[in-house]
Amino acid sequence: MPFKYFGKTNFTPYTKVDKFADYLHKGKLMGTKCKKCGEIYFPPRADCLKCMDDSFEWIEFSGKGTLNSFTTIHAAPKGFDDIAPYTIGIVDLLEGGRLLAWIGDIPKDEIKNDMPVKVVPRIFEEIPEIKLYYTIEKP
Amino acid sequence: MRVGIVGIGHGKFGNRSDATVQELAFEPFKQAIDDAKNLGREDIDALVVGSVPEYHMQRSLPGVVAEYVGMNPKSVWLTEAACASGSAAIRTAYMSIKSGLHDIVAVIGVQKMRELSTEEILALMGRVGDVQWESIFGTTFPGYYALYANRHMHEFGTTKEQMALVAVKNHFYGSMNPYAFFQKEVSKDRVMDSDDVASPVSVFDCCANADGAACVILTNKKLAKKFNDTPIWLEGMGSASAQMSLLRRPNLVEIPSAVEAAKQAYEQAKVKPSEIQVADVHDCFTIAEIMAYENLGFCEKGKGGKFIEEKQSYIGGKTPVNVDGGLKAKGHPVGATGLSMTTEIVKQLRGEAGKRQVTGAEIGLTHNVGGIGQYTFVQILRR
Repeated sequence: MPFKYFGKTNFTPYTKVDKFADYLHKGKLMGTKCKKCGEIYFPPRADCLKCMDDSFEWIEFSGKGTLNSFTTIHAAPKGFDDIAPYTIGIVDLLEGGRLLAWIGDIPKDEIKNDMPVKVVPRIFEEIPEIKLYYTIEKP
Repeated sequence: MRVGIVGIGHGKFGNRSDATVQELAFEPFKQAIDDAKNLGREDIDALVVGSVPEYHMQRSLPGVVAEYVGMNPKSVWLTEAACASGSAAIRTAYMSIKSGLHDIVAVIGVQKMRELSTEEILALMGRVGDVQWESIFGTTFPGYYALYANRHMHEFGTTKEQMALVAVKNHFYGSMNPYAFFQKEVSKDRVMDSDDVASPVSVFDCCANADGAACVILTNKKLAKKFNDTPIWLEGMGSASAQMSLLRRPNLVEIPSAVEAAKQAYEQAKVKPSEIQVADVHDCFTIAEIMAYENLGFCEKGKGGKFIEEKQSYIGGKTPVNVDGGLKAKGHPVGATGLSMTTEIVKQLRGEAGKRQVTGAEIGLTHNVGGIGQYTFVQILRR
C-alpha cells in the first residue's frame, strides 16, 4: 500500500490507485485514463465517471497549469499546526483536471490568479519516514 | 396534497454547557407543541432528527432524543447531510406526509458542538474536504470558502469590504434576536481588522460553532387548520448535490447544488426570485451569503458584492436576507441550522417577527448548504 506514503498525514492508505505514490516517489506526476472511453482524470480515478468502465491506465502529467485560486491558512487542523501559516492553491492542469497543493517557493506578493505554474513532486526530507507530496512552483 | 407547518420552536443557541443533547432537543419540541393549537404529543406519528452524529459523545442520537422527549414507541429516524442535516430532515418528513405514510411529523434539529475536546474538533476540522487528495495538505472549512472568495474577487471584483458588510448586517439583525449566540452589533472596521483565519477570510467572516436546537411540526392540508389558524405551506422543496471536491467542480465561483436546488424550488412553487419577500440563507462565511444572493437569483451572477453594498438585503431593500442574524450572529449548531431557518421564515410569514418583521411578507425562502456545497436544500414557504 504505497499510498500510505502520500501526504504529511495520510487518511486513506488503501485505494485502487495506490501506484500513484510509487510514481510520485520516482518524481512522476501521474493521472489516469479510462481504457474504454479515453477520459483523463486528475485526481486519478480507478472507475470512469463518464462511461463507468473499471479499467484504466496511468498517464504522465506535465505538471504544468495555471493557478485558479489560493489562500493562506492560519488556523490549521491537527497535524498541520507546526507548519502554519501555509499557502495552498488550486491548479487547473494543462492535461485536464485540477490539483490542490501547497504553494512552494513563490514570494507571496507574486502569487496571482491565473499565473502559469508547475507542480513539482517532493519528499519530506526532515521526517525519517517516507512522506510524499507535491508543491506549486513557478514554471 | 399540500404540507403545512403548524408548530415551531427555537431554543437558545450558543454555549450550552448547561444541557445534554437530548435536553437541548426537548426545549423547542415542547415549544412547538404549545405553539400548535389543540395538538398533543400523542397526536404526532413520527419524529425525524436532523443532526451530524460525529460531534456527539452519544452514539445513535435519535434513540436518546426520542426517549427523552417521550416519542416511544413512535417511528423515529436520523437524517444527515452535513450542515444541511436540518433541511434534509424536513425533506424526509415532507416526503413521509406526501406519501400518506404519516399524518403529523415532528422534526428536531439538534447539535452540541462543544462536547468534544479542542483536539478532537481540530482533527475533525482537518477531514471536511476530500481526505484522499486534499486534507493531506491541511485544508479547512474556512480554507475552502477562502478559495471561493479568492476566485470570486478575481473574477468579479468582489471586495473584502463587501464581505465585511454582510457581517455588519447580520450582527445588526442578530442584536434583535433573543435566540442568537451574539446579540451585539459590530462595525465594519472591527470585521476588517479581525485576524486572518484563511485569507481573505478573517475571524469575523466566519460563523461560530454553537450548541442548540429548533423544531417544526408538519401535517397535511386536511389536518392543518385544526392545529393552526395560519398554517405556513411548504410550496417548493428543492434539493441537489455537487461534487465533494472543488477539484471536480465546473468552477469555484458558485455552488452548483444551490443553483439547481433553487431552480427546482422556484419551479415547484411557481414563484420567481423577485417574488421572494424574505429569505434565510446559509452564511457560514460572509462570501457564502454573497454567493447565495447570486445562486438564488436575487441578483445577477457576480453582482453579490454590489447587492450588499447597496443594502438590497436589508429590510426595505430588494430581498431582505438573514434578518434573524443568520448563522453569523445566531451561531451554527449544524443539525439545528436548517430548522432555525424554517422557524424564522414561518414567524415572518405569520407576522410574528417583532422588530425584525418584513411588513406583509407572504412568500419566503430558506437555503441550507451542507459541507462546502455537496448538498443544498431550498424551501419556498407561503402563507
